[in-house]
Amino acid sequence: MEIKKGIAVSPGISIAKSLVIDAEDYRIPKRPIQPPQRLTEIQRIKNAFNGAIDELTKLEAIQDQTEGSKIKDIFAVHLRFLRDRNLKKKITDLIRSELVTAEYAVSTTMREIASHFTKVKDAYISERAADIYDIERRLLKQLLGKRREDVEHLTEEVAVIARELSPTQTAGFNKDFVKGIATDAGGRTSHTAIVARSLGIPAVVALEDLTEIITAGNIVIIDGNRGIVIVNPDEQTIQQYKEYNREFLALEHKLDAIREKPAITRDGTKITLLGNIEFPDEAEIVLQKGGEGIGLYRTEFLYLNRATEPTEQDHYEAYAETVSVFKNRPVVIRTMDLGADKFTQSKRFAPEPNPFLGLRSIRFCLQNLVLFKTQLHAILRASVLGQVKIMFPLITNLQEMMQAKFILRDVMEDLDEESIPYNRDIKIGIMIETPSAALTAFTLARDIDFFSLGTNDLVQYTLAVDRGNEQVSTLYSAADPAVLRLIRTVIQDAYKAQIDLSVCGEMASEPEYIMLLLGLGVRTMSITSPMIPEIKQIIRSVTMEDCNSVARKILTMNSERQISSYLRNAARKILPEAF
Amino acid sequence: MQTGQDSLEKTVCETTVEIKNADGLHMRPAMQFVDIAGQFECDISVSNNEIIVDGKSIMQMSMLAASCGTKLKIKAEGPDAQEALNALRELVEDKHFDEPTPKEKNNKLF
Repeated sequence: MEIKKGIAVSPGISIAKSLVIDAEDYRIPKRPIQPPQRLTEIQRIKNAFNGAIDELTKLEAIQDQTEGSKIKDIFAVHLRFLRDRNLKKKITDLIRSELVTAEYAVSTTMREIASHFTKVKDAYISERAADIYDIERRLLKQLLGKRREDVEHLTEEVAVIARELSPTQTAGFNKDFVKGIATDAGGRTSHTAIVARSLGIPAVVALEDLTEIITAGNIVIIDGNRGIVIVNPDEQTIQQYKEYNREFLALEHKLDAIREKPAITRDGTKITLLGNIEFPDEAEIVLQKGGEGIGLYRTEFLYLNRATEPTEQDHYEAYAETVSVFKNRPVVIRTMDLGADKFTQSKRFAPEPNPFLGLRSIRFCLQNLVLFKTQLHAILRASVLGQVKIMFPLITNLQEMMQAKFILRDVMEDLDEESIPYNRDIKIGIMIETPSAALTAFTLARDIDFFSLGTNDLVQYTLAVDRGNEQVSTLYSAADPAVLRLIRTVIQDAYKAQIDLSVCGEMASEPEYIMLLLGLGVRTMSITSPMIPEIKQIIRSVTMEDCNSVARKILTMNSERQISSYLRNAARKILPEAF
Repeated sequence: MQTGQDSLEKTVCETTVEIKNADGLHMRPAMQFVDIAGQFECDISVSNNEIIVDGKSIMQMSMLAASCGTKLKIKAEGPDAQEALNALRELVEDKHFDEPTPKEKNNKLF
């Protein structure tokens, strides 16, 4: 039994067999297999070689002869390696004698060969090690690609263990079989975390070396409430966790009972609770949990879980499905927030050196108008089906906002010409998630219908902290005085301009921040659906008077630590079970 | 230097060749070598002073990492051993893998 501590990012308990996904970009840990599994692993090697040969043959065929024979030569050499029986035998022998996984056998063998080259003094020959690494990657890609497909076609319950998961990978998870997620890397607001929460799968991240100590098939407990992962638990621990899980579900059940009740403070202030979603089928869950609409519909996933770009009709169908669930309640569709950690990088020839400060989100859209207009066209078309609103992400200045609005008007004219009906008065909003937007909120508010505070990016950009980097992620906190000052400015400016404001970042789904947000003047919050009952419970347990006094007190404090501990204590008094 | 031993079915031949192209036995020459070796029925082994490898395996051949000037001993066993050696010698010494020798390479610069 081994206990690992990480960061809890999605609540719940899972006890299941582990399914480990290695990554070709990292060292493959040595993972033992059972003797009967040898044949399976050897067959995987054969399939990987055949798959790699097919792939290379196709690549070689499309190489234009005129481009010079160099590239063709490289492919030809690699093909000789893949067809070399000696090489395949060396790898399968390792599986037989050492009882290791196919991935490990490939990686070890190829690296051993490569090391021969790097030792050679002749520079020209020693550089050939790169070819060997290339072949290694191609084989691993075959093996791991197959593994990833397996995750999408599971037939038994598993806990997925990986170094890190891309949004595309998590998007393909089948909720009926993936019972828990644990990763070596990541932070509270990493995409793995967001997706796990929205799917309601317990998850723990930042476990550092979990993938190295775990073997596929090990029983693993993932405690998404306390951030603990237990590998090979003993019988007593399993029983304890089963009991604990029952209690946890009972609390959830109790909270579900308040679904029909409104989110009103004890002294009668009505708060609007909306849900954040990524996929249309989550809309139903928001409704089940008592959400009154969608405050943030992230549309990136239309791009991430498919090989080709979505068509206008693909967009439209996704939006129509979501809107139909909510009829006349608000659905805020955010235009694509691609870039940085998502999608656009894989399309680039060379990765951006600083993607979070690079061509992402609205910037990417403004430079890729066809893509942008396709989405706007579909949103407008869906706008007649319900109360659809449009929101532009990552606005950093007035000009960008006006440009985005201008393009929207352009698309409206297109629809006019095509005689397609749409809501001419559709509400247009922006995300306030950069310090520059927060500081100029007063100006931006004059030309827009609503603001939505995106606290995840706002914290990241204000504090200059990468939320996914576990070495600095402790510096990432919405309770930092600098962040709170910006938030207060935005709320005040929205109030002065008489425009709507909501908070859609993670901050609004964390129980300890609720009193503060209400005290600062927030009346609409959009959160991940599993958290709606708990947040509603908190709202129903407080008075505005208490909240105002918490906010006043906090604004006099100068340290993040002091603020977080004050907030935790205040919240603990309201809903002790949640902590 | 060439020795031939004829027996009833099995012929064993040996020869020593020198790598003459400037860049040595890197990937592409290794590929040419195994492609030619693969056309023959006989077993072919190649050795420098340290290791003996299978002349039909690109993985093993490339691990010889023979640079220009290196001498390799090629041994062939089988009915078409002599033909195999002739073809391989032609590739390594006469054609030097269709690549420039150090002299030709230097001349190109001027």
